[in-house]
Amino acid sequence: MADAIQIPDEAETRAKWGSFAFSPEYKAKADMYIGRYPAGRQQSAVMALLDLAQRQVGEETQTQGWLPVPVIEYVSSYLGMPYMRTYEVATFYTMYNLAPVGRYHVQVCGTTPCMLRGSDDIIAACKKRGLVKGATTPDGMFTLNEVECMGNCASAPMVQINDDNYEDLDYGSMTAILDDLAAGKQPKIGTQLPGRHTVEPFGGATTLHAMVDKNHDYRGEW
Amino acid sequence: MPKVTVDGLELEVPAGATVLQACEMAGKEIPRFCYHERLSIAGNCRMCLVEVAPGPPKPQASCALPATEGQIIRTDTPMVKNAREGVMEFLLINHPLDCPICDQGGECDLQDQSVAYGRGTSRFEENKRAVTEKYMGPLVKTAMTRCIQCTRCVRFAEEVAGIEEVGAIGRGENMQITTYLEHAMQSELSGNVVDLCPVGALTAKPYAFEARPWELKKTPSIDVMDAVGTNIRLDSRGRAVLRALPRINDDVNEEWASDKTRHAVDGLTHRRLDKPYIRKDGKLVPASWAEAFDAIKPHWTGKAAVVAGDQVDCETMFAARELAGVSMLEGRQTGLAYDTSSLSAVNFNTTIAGIENADVILLVGSDLRREAPLVNTRIQKAVRKRGAKVFAIGPVTDLTYKVEWLGDDLSALAKAPKALADALKAAERPAIIVGGGALRYEGLHGAALAFAKKYKLVRDGWNGFNILHFAAARMGGLMLGYAHEGGIKKLATAKAGLAFFLGADEVDYGLFADSFKVYVGHHGDNGAHHADVILPGAAYSEKSGTYVNLEGRVQRGERAVFPPGDAREDWAIFRALSDVLGQRLPFDSLDALRAEMAKAVPALGVEGLVDYGWSEPSLSADVSGKIADYPIKDFYLTNAICRASETMQKCSAELVHGTHFLEAAE
Repeated sequence: MADAIQIPDEAETRAKWGSFAFSPEYKAKADMYIGRYPAGRQQSAVMALLDLAQRQVGEETQTQGWLPVPVIEYVSSYLGMPYMRTYEVATFYTMYNLAPVGRYHVQVCGTTPCMLRGSDDIIAACKKRGLVKGATTPDGMFTLNEVECMGNCASAPMVQINDDNYEDLDYGSMTAILDDLAAGKQPKIGTQLPGRHTVEPFGGATTLHAMVDKNHDYRGEW
Repeated sequence: MPKVTVDGLELEVPAGATVLQACEMAGKEIPRFCYHERLSIAGNCRMCLVEVAPGPPKPQASCALPATEGQIIRTDTPMVKNAREGVMEFLLINHPLDCPICDQGGECDLQDQSVAYGRGTSRFEENKRAVTEKYMGPLVKTAMTRCIQCTRCVRFAEEVAGIEEVGAIGRGENMQITTYLEHAMQSELSGNVVDLCPVGALTAKPYAFEARPWELKKTPSIDVMDAVGTNIRLDSRGRAVLRALPRINDDVNEEWASDKTRHAVDGLTHRRLDKPYIRKDGKLVPASWAEAFDAIKPHWTGKAAVVAGDQVDCETMFAARELAGVSMLEGRQTGLAYDTSSLSAVNFNTTIAGIENADVILLVGSDLRREAPLVNTRIQKAVRKRGAKVFAIGPVTDLTYKVEWLGDDLSALAKAPKALADALKAAERPAIIVGGGALRYEGLHGAALAFAKKYKLVRDGWNGFNILHFAAARMGGLMLGYAHEGGIKKLATAKAGLAFFLGADEVDYGLFADSFKVYVGHHGDNGAHHADVILPGAAYSEKSGTYVNLEGRVQRGERAVFPPGDAREDWAIFRALSDVLGQRLPFDSLDALRAEMAKAVPALGVEGLVDYGWSEPSLSADVSGKIADYPIKDFYLTNAICRASETMQKCSAELVHGTHFLEAAE
């Protein structure tokens, strides 16, 4: 059943967030984004501003932030657009949270490449630590969500936690990452495989061998 | 003018036409759901696929493809047939098979087109998606599982109604059409989304499960809820009018109707006067027609005062005038007393369609959104599409488009603020719209005329001087002389022994305390409470009538049903009464009456726009004071029919007074 998007109780969020306004730092950033578009086209900055608003809400609540209805309305008014149009944008993109999330928003990629490389284990690791899909842990630390492809297929499986990616995971490394985060430590960002830096092939180059050490002009060999 | 070939037929299409329009010009039917002539092009239903060469070797959405020189369009190839079947199959995947319990059944685009262009059987064996119902207000019932996301309602709300409260939230399979936070649509045009919806997702709440379209008798009529003269079709079954739908008339209402026009019809069966009444010992008691006429007879002196209400047709007013004489006629119930020596000076001269072309518009004391919603949509169009500038004098109110408010002080008319003066000087087609209610301010009429002269609002091929009435009977009444020098207050001082009130419910009856009051009307409203004799008449749906709308357009409506009980058509009542009073009127049929009326006022004999010529009466332009408020306080309860309508009462409670109704499930 495609339910209506469940937004938290309106009266309560209005009481809590009704007086939301950009802090000076966020206002400066917001105006910077608006300034990137021609006058009269400031609505183009809606996605950036919603993100800024979500981050500010996150800072104020010590979480990853979400978009209460009054905050969406604040952004609408800031850009002079109808509430509905901003609301449509906020509901369309999964990056905007319409309900509160925890301090760490764990987004596990479950799309085919990650699934083939073991994303089920990653989810199992999360479950083992008490994370539940679509919910926040009682201590407010973790919110787990399964998302679609985040473009890291070469280092699958991966998760995105807040603004960082953790790649080449398995059950053990995922557990370690969650333990570190819970303990307040910053785990290594990016690939978790020893010896791998980014998404270069395992065990050295498999193509373009001549390019490994220096630039090489292949054109003559075609 | 590009030349295209459609199925082997070569034709020239206007520049800017789409392939779909080209196909239609060639007489080909193109199925569509999202495309609508009066809305912007969305191109998201994909039903209008055709084959176009030159172009990619795949079917193309014709509604969003411009027709260009030398195109060869095919609508009859196997590829097109397959494409249509495919699109239809996808649309039906998530569409429930609930046609037998769906109110759209029989007038459903999806139903019709799946018969014509579908595969006939389904191959889909998975679960269908279901969507929770949405709340869209007291008039629109939703069944969102049926929605095919054509977004016509979203585009209508934004582009025509001017309220950006409807939208599509979520994405992919979870995309849903809803209003912002599921609040009621704050629009007086919300009923139109029901007509626009090609499926049964949005249906009319008051009409839910009432009837099937094929059971209904369809009668062309004219709406009397405001002075726009919306062309409507009354759908009736037996003796009841079940719904009113707009007819297309590009000069008047385009394809729209206000919510009052559509949904006040249930008031036609409530609080009706269905037999004559006579006041005896201060109480109204039922009587026969003969008794009622006999009660009037002693008060007859050869003439009488006649006060016409807001909804009467010209035939009624003419019959009353023929009987009562022309010396004591008045139609402006609420006490307006403006000069009517020149009808062009109290007319909407720019015309409803013409106001779309205005580039600078000044509103004076006119809350257009409530007084004439369909004129408001024209201005909304002028603002949105053509960049017209709108200024307004009066209390600030939301008109759905950008308005520069000049305050409520009328002196702005004598000495225009710089912004307005500059805009008017640069304008090619400037217009002023003076609210009919604002004419109560002494000198405003003259000041507006002087303003029009100063800024040359009337020029070659353009007349920008407009008075906006909001009573359906007003222009017809003025043409028939229903305007007493000095208004109704002066009329009352004439101390008529006998006074007829034709459905007049807004009159201050205290003024006529000494007269013998005969109320000829259809609803037991204010007028009936004060009457000495009540003669039950016919409502607009129960008589064929001639109406003149605010731009002076003579239009005729036909009778859909018969009046209830002993009630009779109003002209026939006067004809019968005239016999009793010994002054027999010279017509025995409606046709004979119309012939007489056309003899007396030739313009009323011809349907169409009346040419009043342009002449300015010389009036004092001295005006001062402020516009305190607008005449319509409650859009949904402006006349006796609305007040008797449960639907309108509900709309008023919810949309005007903010009462919250719990739904059954809550």
